[in-house]
Amino acid sequence: MKKYKDLLAVNDVSFTIDEGEMFGFLGPNGAGKTTIMRMIQCVSPLTSGSLEIFGMDAMSHPREIKSHIGVVPQENNLDMDFTVYENLLVFSRYFDIPRSEAERRATELLEFVHLEDKRDTMTESLSGGMKRRLILARALINRPKMLILDEPTVGLDPQARHLIWDKLRSLKKQGVTVVLTSHYLDEVEKLCDRLVVMDYGKILVEGSPSQVIEEYVGSGIVEAENNPELIECLQRKEASYEVIGDLVHIYTDNPKQIAEYLTMECSLSKLTARPATLEDVFLKLTGRRLRE
Amino acid sequence: MRISEYFRIPTVSSKSYTVWQRNKDVFMKDIKLNFLPPFIEPLLYLAALGFGLGRFIENIDGVPYANFIAPALIAISVMYASFFECSYGSYVRMYYQKTFDAIIATPVTIEDVIAGELLWGATRSMINAAVMVPVIALFGLIDISYALLIIPFAFLGGLLFGAIGMCFTAVTPNIMAINYPVLLFITPMFLFSGTFFPLNTLPPLVQYFAIAFLPLTHIVNGIRLIGYGTLEPVLLFDLAWITVVCAVLLVVSINMMKKRLII
Ligand SMILES: Nc1ncnc2c1ncn2[C@@H]1O[C@H](COP(=O)(O)OP(=O)(O)OP(=O)(O)O)[C@@H](O)[C@H]1O
Ligand SMILES: [Mg+2]
Repeated sequence: MKKYKDLLAVNDVSFTIDEGEMFGFLGPNGAGKTTIMRMIQCVSPLTSGSLEIFGMDAMSHPREIKSHIGVVPQENNLDMDFTVYENLLVFSRYFDIPRSEAERRATELLEFVHLEDKRDTMTESLSGGMKRRLILARALINRPKMLILDEPTVGLDPQARHLIWDKLRSLKKQGVTVVLTSHYLDEVEKLCDRLVVMDYGKILVEGSPSQVIEEYVGSGIVEAENNPELIECLQRKEASYEVIGDLVHIYTDNPKQIAEYLTMECSLSKLTARPATLEDVFLKLTGRRLRE
Repeated sequence: MRISEYFRIPTVSSKSYTVWQRNKDVFMKDIKLNFLPPFIEPLLYLAALGFGLGRFIENIDGVPYANFIAPALIAISVMYASFFECSYGSYVRMYYQKTFDAIIATPVTIEDVIAGELLWGATRSMINAAVMVPVIALFGLIDISYALLIIPFAFLGGLLFGAIGMCFTAVTPNIMAINYPVLLFITPMFLFSGTFFPLNTLPPLVQYFAIAFLPLTHIVNGIRLIGYGTLEPVLLFDLAWITVVCAVLLVVSINMMKKRLII
C-alpha cells in the first residue's frame, strides 16, 4: 500500500512477476502505475505491506536491488550538462563500472538505439524520440536483470515506437525481465506475456492479454448505431452490450451470429463486427469518463 | 518526522564521490570561465575598497585597510561559493534538471547524493580560496608563511555554508524564495562579520550575537589570523565553533533533504 499524505495512491495490490517475462501495468491517468514502478525501483518507500525483488526485501536492500535494475522513467531526466556519450559514462560510474568497460558498453548501446551519430550532441538538443532512446540505452548500462519502463514510448512517432518495442523484444529474448506501463494498448496486447489493469490504486484484472479479453468482453465485438429498436432487440436476446453515445458495443464470442441475428430479426444494416481488443477491456473496466 | 530524527546520523557511502565527480566534470567543462570570478573579484574589491577607499582610512588594529579586508575577501568568497552551489545550484539540479531522480535509480542513495553535493560545494569554496590566496599574496597583503593553511580551512568553511544552503534548498517552495535567506542572512553577514570594519566597533550585544550566530565571523577571523601569520589560541575557538556547527548542520541538512525527496 502507498499513501501520499492522505491520498491513497496504491491500495491493497498484490502481484508476482516471473523471471524473464514481460509484464504490463495498464490503467487510466492517476491509477497508481508510476507509484508502483517507483516502489519497485526502491525509491519510494511502501506505507505498508511488503515487496520482494530478486528475493530481497525492497526496503532493506535497495542498493543491491537497484544495481540489477534498469529504469526508464515517465519523465525524462537525462543529464542536460553532458553530451549523449557522456551521459552514459557518467551514469556508469554510479554503478561502479570500470572506465574501459563503460566506454565499450556506451558505444555498443548507442549503436543499439541508433544514436551513434548523436554521440557528441548535448542532450538538450535531442528530439523527444531520441531522448527516449537514450534513456533506454542508459537504463541498460548496468546490464540489468530487470528493466522497468514507465511509458517508454510516450510521445514517439510510430517508427521510434516500433524501434523501442523491437529492442524490448530482443532484450526479453536475452532473458531480461521487462516491467512496463503504457497507454498504447495494441502494443501491450502484442508484447506482454501478462498484464494487470488497475484503477484507483487497485488491480482490477490480471492475466495474459488473450485471457483478459476472453474473460471480460469475449472474443468479438459488434458495433451498431444506437437506436431504441436495437436496444429492445438486444434485451430480448439477453445480449451483453454497452451504449457509448451514438454507438452500441455488443460483446460476444460469436460476432457473426449476433450480426446475422440483428440483420434478420431487427432488420438493422449498419453493423461492423471486429475482434475484441485490450482497449475494449480497458474501457469496459475503467469506464469512459475522463480522469481529472 | 519528529525533531530527533533530523539529528540521526545518516548512512553515507563512498558512492557520494561519484556525485562529486559528476559536478566536477561539469565544472571542468567551463573551467576558464569558472576560474575567472575568484581571480577578478578580489582585484576589483582591492582596487575600489583597499586602495581607493583605504586611502581615507587610518590603519585598523595597526594594519593598512587593504591588508585588513584582504583575508575577509577570501572568507566572503568561501561563503558565496558553497552557499550558492548548494542552494541555487542544488535546487536547479534537483528540481529543474531532475538529476537527483536519475541518480537515485542507481545504487547511489539520496544520502550519498546530498553528501556529494555538499562535498562539491566545499570544493568550490576551496578552489576559490586556492585561486585568491596567491593573487592576494602577490600584493603582499598576506603573510605567506601559513597561507596554504587557508585552503583546507576554506574547505571546512565551505562545508558549513554548503550545509546552510542545503537546509534552505530542502524547504524552499521555489527557486525565487531562495532570495530571502540571501537578503536576510547572507547579505547582512557579508557586511557585519568583521569583514569591512572590525567587529569591536559594534555595540557589545551585536558583537556577541555575531560571534554566537554568524558563521562568517569565524571564517573571517580564522582566515585573518592565518593570513597574518599569527596563529593565536583564539583560532582554536573559531575552529571548534565551525566544526561543531558544521557537523550538526551537515546531519540536519541531509535529513531535511531526505524528508523533501523521499515520497
Ligand atoms: N509525489 C506525489 N505526491 C502526492 N501525490 C502523488 C504523487 N505522485 C502521485 N501522486 C498521486 O497518486 C496517484 C497515482 O499517481 P501515479 O503517478 O502513480 O499515476 P499513474 O497511474 O502513473 O498515472 P499516469 O498514467 O497519468 O502516469 C494520483 O492520484 C496522483 O495524484
Ligand atoms: Mg505514470
